[in-house]
Amino acid sequence: MITVTTPRLVREYPSRYRLEAARCQQCGAVVFPRRLVCPGCRGRSFETVTLRPEGTVATFTVIHVAAPPFRHEVPYVLAVVDLADGARCTCQVADVAPSEVKIGMPVRLEFRRIQEAGEPGVIAYGHKAVPAQ
Amino acid sequence: MSVGIVGYGSYIPRRRIRLGDIAKVWGADAESYERGLELHEKSVPAKDEDTITMSVTAARRALLRAGIDPAEIGAIYIGSESHPYAVKPSGTVVAEAIGAVPALHCADLEFACKAGSEGMFLASALVKAGEVRYAMGIGADTSQGAPGDALEYSAAAGAAAFIFGRENLVATLDAQSSFTTDTPDFWRREYMRYPQHTGRFTGEPAYFKHIVGAAQMLFEKTGTKPEDFAFAVFHQPNGKFPMRVGKMLGFRTEQLKTGWLSPWLGNTYSGASPMGLTAILDVAKPGDRIFMVSFGSGAGSDGFIFTVTGRIDEVRDLAPLTRKQLDTNKMYVDYGTYAKLRGKIRLAE
Amino acid sequence: MTMRDVAIIGVGMNDWGELWEDSLRGIWAEAALAALADAGVDRVDAITVGCMSGGLFVGQEHLAALLADEIGMAGVPATRVESACASGGLALKAGFLEVASGQANVVLVTGVEKMTDVSGEDATAALATAADQETEVFFGATFPGLYAMMARAHMARYGTTPEQLAAVAVKNHRHGLANPHAQFRRAITVEEVLASTMVAEPLHILDCSPITDGAAAVVLADLETARRLAHGRPLVRIAGIGHATDRIALHSRPDMTTLPATTAATQKALAMAGKTITDVDVIELHDCFTIAEIMVLEAMGVCPPGQGGTLAPSGRTALGGDIPVNPSGGLKSKGHPVGATGVAQAVEIVTQLRGEAGERQVAGARVGLTQNMGGTGASTVVHVLEVVS
Repeated sequence: MITVTTPRLVREYPSRYRLEAARCQQCGAVVFPRRLVCPGCRGRSFETVTLRPEGTVATFTVIHVAAPPFRHEVPYVLAVVDLADGARCTCQVADVAPSEVKIGMPVRLEFRRIQEAGEPGVIAYGHKAVPAQ
Repeated sequence: MSVGIVGYGSYIPRRRIRLGDIAKVWGADAESYERGLELHEKSVPAKDEDTITMSVTAARRALLRAGIDPAEIGAIYIGSESHPYAVKPSGTVVAEAIGAVPALHCADLEFACKAGSEGMFLASALVKAGEVRYAMGIGADTSQGAPGDALEYSAAAGAAAFIFGRENLVATLDAQSSFTTDTPDFWRREYMRYPQHTGRFTGEPAYFKHIVGAAQMLFEKTGTKPEDFAFAVFHQPNGKFPMRVGKMLGFRTEQLKTGWLSPWLGNTYSGASPMGLTAILDVAKPGDRIFMVSFGSGAGSDGFIFTVTGRIDEVRDLAPLTRKQLDTNKMYVDYGTYAKLRGKIRLAE
Repeated sequence: MTMRDVAIIGVGMNDWGELWEDSLRGIWAEAALAALADAGVDRVDAITVGCMSGGLFVGQEHLAALLADEIGMAGVPATRVESACASGGLALKAGFLEVASGQANVVLVTGVEKMTDVSGEDATAALATAADQETEVFFGATFPGLYAMMARAHMARYGTTPEQLAAVAVKNHRHGLANPHAQFRRAITVEEVLASTMVAEPLHILDCSPITDGAAAVVLADLETARRLAHGRPLVRIAGIGHATDRIALHSRPDMTTLPATTAATQKALAMAGKTITDVDVIELHDCFTIAEIMVLEAMGVCPPGQGGTLAPSGRTALGGDIPVNPSGGLKSKGHPVGATGVAQAVEIVTQLRGEAGERQVAGARVGLTQNMGGTGASTVVHVLEVVS
């Protein structure tokens, strides 16, 4: 099953590379990645905001059995992160022993390799959370 | 108006491996390696880190200190021996990630360990020529040493980024020089995984000749002497060479110490002397003069003279300091993990 | 438009498990023919097929037409329904609407999934397509991983323990011993669950439903037709249906310890049936992971929020308890061929309401409820079934 395809990766640069989100001008909700319709109030007008790369761990798990692109990375930490600007995202937590991750832990988002379409294939970059110092 | 550094940033991965853990596997005498090279441990990139990811982080830190709109950056040059793609630039990923696209020039550079200073050389020259308002030069590497080879003890990972411009400088660039010959002391052929080197030939005819050559060009150009400088930094493939060449040129240990990272960092190849420069900028005082000469096998050296301005005090704490990244929050790995992270274990197809 | 009453007049399924010798078409046909025989009909007006991904598992889409032909019914209008693990329940809803609206009198409702032709890793990847591909799966999320994060949030908020999670698996395995169609028919202990391989902390392999090949089918008919075909057996009708969705990505929900789609779907189904949750005698719910059973029971109002972990250890949700849950063995012990599960839940409840469940019979059951859920709860459909007097 191929999902790391170039057109898709390029389309997603604004959210993946630059953490661009959209703030609903009607209700103030921060939608990440951006959409046409606000999930809160169904509003249609937004302003672009670049998310600050800081947040805290809302919940997490340590994955021991992974899908093929990540099979050699186990065990790795997957978390839902509450971002400072009010949005939330799902991402890995890197550079930390799994046993040291706690709910509420402050993290920052750092640019990392996420996966690749095989050794000869395109590399998909994005962000992972790392412990904030 | 002078040209100089507007912002700078560095990135060092958290993982480390001790030389003793490498030596144990290959039946080598750790102590003699540590003494001979004056290296104790080196940085190891995680599997999700590469020249591009480190360059993005270093570039973002440079932007924090520069305080400029990334859209005003007119050129980005990344020099590395370990670009993730052989064809497709690393620089364009950084450009997208920091929002410098589409109005910029970009090219990836290679000149062994001096590719980073090449980026600095070209970025500053483009600003000097008036072609762009700001230009970024980055040196970053996650280089490989062949298993069991001498270079495996030093090949490390790190990145340093510099934004050049004419406004709000933290350091002026007073002079540049470049000394180049065709000297194949160390190389890697296309499609080969690991580089080859010529042992002792990499010393006097390569490293020392070119650094001394570029340094003397700088002294002559500017009429300066070693005593005129607060700091000096040279390419640091191990702990020994930069100290030796510094003393040869007439510098004292106190001038060389601050930029001297290799004993605990390893050789970050294209990042080596540029990262040393960031460590210096982290502590330098306004008015301090800095003497920097890189070296890249093949071979050549780029020399730079900088003078620190008053603005350094306002911006240095806006991003993580280099020595702090080097000395704190380290995660040690054993050789098996190191080999796995560095792709030295043959995986199933 | 007035809706007609809809009855379930026949049920059937094959024996679930790793069926190396059987194809998707073969197991589907076996279940379909068993349901038709049980109903006493050999012609239907329409067919629905619930299947999550014939494409990713066996490279076959366009299943509805393919399978109609497989049992000699080419020509009959047939529809494939998909909402990840809620595909079966929604195939049942689709069939219900055909009969209730008067479009059809007799409808064959089926569900099927053939998961073992691909490697375990590829099955994991296929199942992950039920999550948000762009914002969850891209970063390495797996299904157990997402439920594990819900479990951890639930444990942090309410003090739910790994032992309470394990007790759900133990109970469902005990129930499965009495189900001849179940994939796993062996008792397990809490200690065994906690010692089993960790999949995504805190979920062990024995906290997770398995990868299964299986199919299930029911035959629906309007009440008039059903009375003619009943031959003295108790008549069971679909008294209420509720269906709701929720935001797919776990991180986009305000509260990650609740299942609002389940709450909404349950309320709608009960209201339509004119019942409350305390009127329900037996429940078949979607225990894809042990934490799911706990959260679903809270969402349905069987217990207050945060108390779900106490139900299995107390025995209240076991056979013989005051609210038996998953007498079939649930997804955990019966198996979870994704598209078939929602239909198999109906098979079990009908069997219970007819008094034909043998050793796993819930005594005097007259009202049953099925809850079928897709993804991490983003699609939920609830059916309330009752015996017609």
